[in-house]
Amino acid sequence: MDLARTEVTEAKARPGKGRSRGGAARLGLMAVPVAFFALFFAYPVSAIVGRGLHIDGAWQFGRITEVLGQSDIRHVLWFTTWQALASTALTLLIALPGAYVFARFDFPGKQVLRAVVTVPFVLPTVVVGTAFLALLGRGGLLDELWGVRLDTTVWAILLAHVFFNYAVVVRTVGGLWAQLDPRQEEAARMLGASRFRAWRTVTLPALGPAVAAAALMVFLFTFTSFGVVQILGGPAYSTLEVEIYRQTAQLLDLPTAAVLTIVQFAAVGLILAVHAWTVRRRESALKLVDAATVARRPRGAGQWTLLGLVIATVAVLILLPLGVLIQRSFDGPDGFGFAYYKELTSAEGGAFLVPPIEAVGNSLRYAIVATAIAVVIGGLAAAALTRRAGRLVRGFDALLMLPLGVSAVTVGFGFLITLDKPPLDLRSSWILVPLAQALVGVPFVVRTMLPVLRAVDGRLREAAAVLGASPLRAWREVDLPMVRRALLIAAGFAFAVSLGEFGATVFIARPDNPTLPVAVARLLGRAGDLNYGQAMALSAILMVVCAVSLLLLERIRTDRTTGEF
Amino acid sequence: MSTTKKVTFTAVAVGIGLVAVSACGSSDSGSGKTDSKSVTLVSHDSFNVSKDVLKDFEKRSGYKVNVLKDGDAGAAVNKAILSKDNPQGDVFFGVDNTLLSRALDNGLFQPYEAKDAGMVLPEYRLAKGEKRVTPVDSGDICVNYDKKYFADKKLAPPKSFEDLVKPQYKDLLVTENAATSSPGLGFLLGTAAEYGDGGWEGYWKKLKANGVKVVDGWEQAYNEEFSGSAGGKKAKGDRPLVVSYASSPPVEVLYAKPQPKEAPTGVATGTCFRQVEYAGLLSNAKNTKGGKALLDFLSGKQFQDDMPLQMFVNPVREAAQVPKLFREYGVEVKKPETMDPKKIADNREPWIKSWTSLVLK
Repeated sequence: MDLARTEVTEAKARPGKGRSRGGAARLGLMAVPVAFFALFFAYPVSAIVGRGLHIDGAWQFGRITEVLGQSDIRHVLWFTTWQALASTALTLLIALPGAYVFARFDFPGKQVLRAVVTVPFVLPTVVVGTAFLALLGRGGLLDELWGVRLDTTVWAILLAHVFFNYAVVVRTVGGLWAQLDPRQEEAARMLGASRFRAWRTVTLPALGPAVAAAALMVFLFTFTSFGVVQILGGPAYSTLEVEIYRQTAQLLDLPTAAVLTIVQFAAVGLILAVHAWTVRRRESALKLVDAATVARRPRGAGQWTLLGLVIATVAVLILLPLGVLIQRSFDGPDGFGFAYYKELTSAEGGAFLVPPIEAVGNSLRYAIVATAIAVVIGGLAAAALTRRAGRLVRGFDALLMLPLGVSAVTVGFGFLITLDKPPLDLRSSWILVPLAQALVGVPFVVRTMLPVLRAVDGRLREAAAVLGASPLRAWREVDLPMVRRALLIAAGFAFAVSLGEFGATVFIARPDNPTLPVAVARLLGRAGDLNYGQAMALSAILMVVCAVSLLLLERIRTDRTTGEF
Repeated sequence: MSTTKKVTFTAVAVGIGLVAVSACGSSDSGSGKTDSKSVTLVSHDSFNVSKDVLKDFEKRSGYKVNVLKDGDAGAAVNKAILSKDNPQGDVFFGVDNTLLSRALDNGLFQPYEAKDAGMVLPEYRLAKGEKRVTPVDSGDICVNYDKKYFADKKLAPPKSFEDLVKPQYKDLLVTENAATSSPGLGFLLGTAAEYGDGGWEGYWKKLKANGVKVVDGWEQAYNEEFSGSAGGKKAKGDRPLVVSYASSPPVEVLYAKPQPKEAPTGVATGTCFRQVEYAGLLSNAKNTKGGKALLDFLSGKQFQDDMPLQMFVNPVREAAQVPKLFREYGVEVKKPETMDPKKIADNREPWIKSWTSLVLK
């Protein structure tokens, strides 16, 4: 996500004289992503919605008012909205100090910590729900200390949402904050402004759009929350996403599911429109500096306290739940040890046709293919969006985000009824899993690549052309070296998202090739100590794989010309 | 790029390359082929069969069997219905009595009577002339109890539905959401069978007043809330009564190392609802011949003997072997509640609706 990026250099990419040629080139670049989204997103989703609303040859639009008239559906809508608002507010409240600390302070272990706070973002909710129950439920930390239990309350949902989205705020807001020139605020203070006034009049307006963008992303993720609400909220709470799943997969009430899908679509569209509006508003130039020159050791008791508080928050809110999972994975039948990990290599358990450890290989293979697809599609889309864009192209930009807001069960069922005829009979093909995962990965690739591509000075390319380089050669010599890092980071995020993707994968993963999250869910679905322990061990492995890929990113991600996320 | 970055870059590139190569190696086993030499079984996630049993069938019949596990039981049935014009396989296994009518009304299956249909125990047979599905297994949804809890408290564990509303069992039971979980629905149907159309709501009012807790799925109920399961012990579950299966105690023994002498959990045999699972030949199956052979296999002796330890359900065939594990650690449920699939189909939605507003709101 480039949410924090201010596209300072965008003006440099002037349309120039070859306008019509550029337009044609852009159409060419857009063709592949457009075809991809039409085929693997728009077509399946509209087919399943159509199946629900187009009955006996007539459109049943009356169903919309009928469904929305039901009091329990309105209750779901109301709960979905207010819990997302509350989650967003709470996440900002808790994560903004973190964003400041990560942006402005230098302390040992900062990189590791930043990778770790991002791990939850890509963990499947089945896993996290379990960890949270262990903390907030009976016998959990809160219970033991104060006798407070939060499971099946809305507090558990809100806290888990903070856990998942902490990194969104830290990375988007913190990313920009780290590059704001502190001398501007200092100048205001020199001119007599109080510390707070200087911050309010100088820093806050500069940060505002990034905060708004982060808030919108958190709102989007929590508005469509599924696993967290299902596991932690108990049966009394239901979001639109949960209700769509229930109506589709359990009750086969396609008309109701279709109406709810349309409602969610409209809501997400609205969020994205607001998002696009804030992005445009902050296209004003900011003076940015290298983050490395700004961050320094905290000074004074106040700053050390702040750092301490943030680290304590991260420890309690993020490290503790992750720690619980790790602890349980080692807490074997004969005391602490690797018993559950060893068990993963045997096919005796019977939950699968293969030893569960093979899920690691499956996950990696799927994620690699998904990453390749996402990088190609997202990269082409980002390239098409690079130049100053009209309304149509901006609309395309927003469209690329839609898969993040559409229910996985809708996509999964859509695949089932549309991709079933040659030449697109993909239902039993392994490629379906990476395709579905790539749908979720593309938005991340676009968000990462776009600001960097926009920052490449078009004049360099023109210079290369003048010197006789072919367009391909100009791209290889000019663009590629500059975007290589962003490309790696984009790939890394697509990879991590694919590893953690559960909702769509669970619908299409083949039994002999379960992915890690699917294997975890399936192991949790059986009684017995060894099954439960193996689920914990696999979760721990998934966590480590995520953390390692993110750490690798952190090592690469040092240049300030890269996007956030 | 500095040297370290170069090294990192190279390492990442090589890593990705290696996995990509291995990805190519395995991907050719990918697409499910539908030639006459292979037959595809569509089922839910819980389907399992021993490798050698399946291999033996493949050798005898000459068909290669593809298994497609398609989500939880409800979702798998619904997906099969949605794709019935162009099904993903030839045989569907795993529609139970709570969903059977939906499948039949939607024309999911075509008639075929398995070779050994006559060997099915009488209590599992459907109405005469119903040849579209074949019973394959049965299982009982029952309240399980934590033996240690009741021994420590010197309290007798409950035996029947009526016991569950008694004051000594207040705040002890956890069950699943009847709208989203099949054991949850089974338990609701059990009470409806016991107390009748007019009486079950009154029973649930009493159950609610006695502190029944409802969670969304079996995983949470059993692994988190129930104090008698392996997961529940670690999660410090505090509900010694849970709605699960009659086969859960033997499973707790099988998946424990070392295996205990006695199962840590027991079954309240007067709270059971019987689930029967059926298989059938899909209406538009591409390989009907292979599908028929596969159905014969599912109701045949070899599969029926193998099934209990693979899926933790009971065979429906006369004289099928009940494994030692089941005899030693399991219980025999003498009089489970049952209900006609037609009656379930007619009442399931209104019952779930009133149950939801009664118990969850």
